[in-house]
Amino acid sequence: MLWEAIFLQLGYNATLVTIGACFLGIAAGVTGTFLFLRKRSLVSDAISHATLPGVALAFIVMVSLGGDGRNLIGLLLGSALSAGFGLLCVSWLTRQTRLAEDAAIGSVLSVFFGFGIVLLTVIQSMSSGRQAGLEGFLLGSTAGMLWSDAVVIAVGGALTLAVVLVLRRPMGLVAFDPEFAAANGMNVTRIDLTIMALAMAVTVVGLKIVGLILIVAMLIIPPVSARFWTDRTDRVTLLAGITGGVSGYVGAALSAAAPSVPTGPIIVLVSFAIFAVSLFFAPTRGVLAAVLRHLKFQHRVHMRQGLLALAQGQPIYEKLTLRLLLHAGLARADGVPTETGRARAAKALRDEKRWEVVRTDQAFEGAAALYDGLREIETVLTEDQIGEVDRRIGGPQGVVA
Amino acid sequence: MSGEEFVPLSLTPLLIGMFAAVACALPGNFLVLRKQALIGDAISHVVLPGIVVAFLVTGTVSTWPMMIGAAVAAVVAVGLIEAIRRLGRIEPGAAMGVTFTSMFAGGVLLLEQSDTSTVHLDVEHALYGNLESLIWLDAVGWQSLWDPAALAGLPNELIRMGLTLIVVVCFVWLFWRPLKLSTFDEGFARTLGMRTGVLGLALVVIAAIAAVAAFDAVGSIIVIAMFICPPAGARLMTNRLEVQIVWSVIFALMSAILGYFIAGYGPQWLGAENAVSAAGMIATVSGLILALAALFGPCRKRTGAPAV
Repeated sequence: MLWEAIFLQLGYNATLVTIGACFLGIAAGVTGTFLFLRKRSLVSDAISHATLPGVALAFIVMVSLGGDGRNLIGLLLGSALSAGFGLLCVSWLTRQTRLAEDAAIGSVLSVFFGFGIVLLTVIQSMSSGRQAGLEGFLLGSTAGMLWSDAVVIAVGGALTLAVVLVLRRPMGLVAFDPEFAAANGMNVTRIDLTIMALAMAVTVVGLKIVGLILIVAMLIIPPVSARFWTDRTDRVTLLAGITGGVSGYVGAALSAAAPSVPTGPIIVLVSFAIFAVSLFFAPTRGVLAAVLRHLKFQHRVHMRQGLLALAQGQPIYEKLTLRLLLHAGLARADGVPTETGRARAAKALRDEKRWEVVRTDQAFEGAAALYDGLREIETVLTEDQIGEVDRRIGGPQGVVA
Repeated sequence: MSGEEFVPLSLTPLLIGMFAAVACALPGNFLVLRKQALIGDAISHVVLPGIVVAFLVTGTVSTWPMMIGAAVAAVVAVGLIEAIRRLGRIEPGAAMGVTFTSMFAGGVLLLEQSDTSTVHLDVEHALYGNLESLIWLDAVGWQSLWDPAALAGLPNELIRMGLTLIVVVCFVWLFWRPLKLSTFDEGFARTLGMRTGVLGLALVVIAAIAAVAAFDAVGSIIVIAMFICPPAGARLMTNRLEVQIVWSVIFALMSAILGYFIAGYGPQWLGAENAVSAAGMIATVSGLILALAALFGPCRKRTGAPAV
């Protein structure tokens, strides 16, 4: 059942939803990247909640004009208008008043959503039975998706993607260094609004599939996951697109295989799973990599301190140090150094003395700056320089009786 | 409108709405000043999975397990946001977005998967609440306020919300100085020996308690609106925290009262028959108040100087 869903063998409607969700995921991931890099991910939350009054108003207008009221294009147009208005409100509140952006986002989100709910109750009392489709916009409903709906979603997603690809340079620049972008003659405010407008387009297109409460997740989670794997903007964008597409595809397929499972939440949970994997297992930025790095560092410190203690004939009480030395064959269980241990300890002590000379001599200033108590001196100085340092230290001297 | 009609049908929902609004607006003042306003948003989203899990564990729709479940979910969410922020070195907004959407999705999924069709538990209810249905059946008029038998029939939500309001007021009153200091100058508060981390967490927990209790009665949309709109509006009216708190309480009460009456009676004045959602209308009114404050408030500009 699941494999059939993955390979689109589950019938017309399921295939339609799966492909639509995949397109949507790609567009959302790519667009969300710029929101995330601009540190304004939660603006999308305000945008998505602000679509509700637009949907309801569009429905009311279409019904009062004698139409069906459930025309998807009309509803999406309405939602885009009110989301755009909400966006302008956030931007106006942030720039014209002393309120911080989070307060502006929160107030727009709750007020627009509240007003949307008022309108929904108006619709309920206005024409009994005909409002059935609108609650679906809260959590998404893919059950009765039509070919025309899928076309709207695919075209909307593709257009958004195209605009993002054309504008990725200025948007990336503004996301990283707005002052530099402004100095280069770019209109930062306008580019910011463009990023938001693209996020709005994704939100509006995604309303039907994942619903307005969860579309935020498709804009936020894929870029956050992608950010773990690379430090380059274009790759983050690409990875976020892929992550979003995969979560959309797999999520929709899963929900097609198990019909009682709603599509939106599944898509979100699939992308959360990808996020969790990235958080723990990504190289360099992941938690596992950080833990390994820390352990390795700890081992180096203990090893170094242990060798210095051996060289100076001090007893070692630290259990971890002793275990490490034992494991490397440098000491015996009672803390007495082996032959190799003695040699390595002597070298460690010698290096310590060499560093001491290096750090007191202005001529070695550059090298001395790299001293952190662990670095091998051979990685910093040439053989000739080490020879020079050794000449200053001198060889072993006999004890004067 | 006579007492026979007003007291049983409107008095309790109105009081519950007012209590909920003030209980959320008070901690909201500090959250807005600390730029943590969206914590309220996150909390109100994760309340749903908490309630669903509590329902699945206990198997009944009783209030206390659900409130505890919701409170636990709120604390888990705050912990998770902090963990993701620190472990993944992600900016707080994105960490919040990842956490609350995923937990909300989990809640919706559990709700749809489990057999909750027989009980009154659904996403729409969680969002709008059912303020209008919290009527006081035993009341016959104003004289019922002195009638012990009728008072025993007060909706439980009213008592719970009243208790929550008392807890919130006590918290703000007892910890006034530390809260104020750590909100404006956390470094200074720490040098005085205050445990600012614990205090910040306590504030979030109090906010969560207010959110959960209010959510039970009025739905999550009021919770978010009341956490942010009245304090944000009050912030534009004054530069003094004490005055700001007073303004935020006034705004919260105005939103609750005006919103409730416009929702209940507004459509009749316009000729329609059915009332509209009170929760939604309260949120809308609070937004209008904020808009007025943003347009005309004496301290609306960033410099903070009142417009002369």
